Amino acid sequence: MELAVVIGMLFFMAAIALAIIWVRNLFAVTMLMGIYSLTAAALYVALDAVDVAFTEAAVGAGISTVLMLATLSLTKAEEKPFRSIQHPVSLAVVLVTGGVLIYGTLDMPAYGDPDAPIHQHVAPRYVQDSGQEVGPPNIVTSILASYRGYDTMGEVTVIFTAAAGVLMLIGRGRSGPGRRRKTWDYEDLEGDER
Amino acid sequence: MYAAAAAAVLIVMLMALIRALRGPTVFDRILAVNSFGTLTVVLIAVYGFLTDRPDFLDIALVYALINFIGTIAVTKYVQFANGDEPPVEHGEDV
Repeated sequence: MELAVVIGMLFFMAAIALAIIWVRNLFAVTMLMGIYSLTAAALYVALDAVDVAFTEAAVGAGISTVLMLATLSLTKAEEKPFRSIQHPVSLAVVLVTGGVLIYGTLDMPAYGDPDAPIHQHVAPRYVQDSGQEVGPPNIVTSILASYRGYDTMGEVTVIFTAAAGVLMLIGRGRSGPGRRRKTWDYEDLEGDER
Repeated sequence: MYAAAAAAVLIVMLMALIRALRGPTVFDRILAVNSFGTLTVVLIAVYGFLTDRPDFLDIALVYALINFIGTIAVTKYVQFANGDEPPVEHGEDV
């Protein structure tokens, strides 16, 4: 039954993706993309990747929808009709690449296989020794804060840089009110003096 | 019993999806998407009990909150985007 639920969700995702390509109304597409993200997040939960699921739900279904709608309010809600271009060579390339990728997945270990390489490499050391080597009872915390400390520091740097950039771009108008109000007062004064 | 509940939720999700695709008006789509999100929350909860891990309930709660934010954003858009009128749709959908 669990497998049936996962297959059902995958079917939904495929149907929604096809619909996103098909539908011309951009508002409907935005709605469908929200559904798609939510279904993907539910699928991640079913696959035991709860942290990824949270990120997908917050970013994909939450923020992305809001940003898309903000963009939509600046443009038209209807996609421009375009002439469909038939390109048999590109279609063949895409089909062959997709087929090769699917062929590549045949080699992968089954879902939840304890003998999979990812469970053999460093995971046993994390599970057995992280309590003594690092300390926190939560293994994920010791991995993020200690074993992959440099990686986490890099991520934090990236997020800080992104936040600083966004604040400099958007915040200029917003933090401006203080400054701008001053200029208004200044101009008003000038007007009164004139 | 949980399996039957999960199957029922999946079927209802399919119906909501069809309504989101065909929905002649914007409001059909909004309602369909909102109920699809709610059904996702229910599905996660049922799935948690199906696999004997009821701690999925917390995740379902967070999803309910996110779904709510999305719906509020959409209704705000419909209210303010094109003046007084909701975005016009021409019936060339699936």
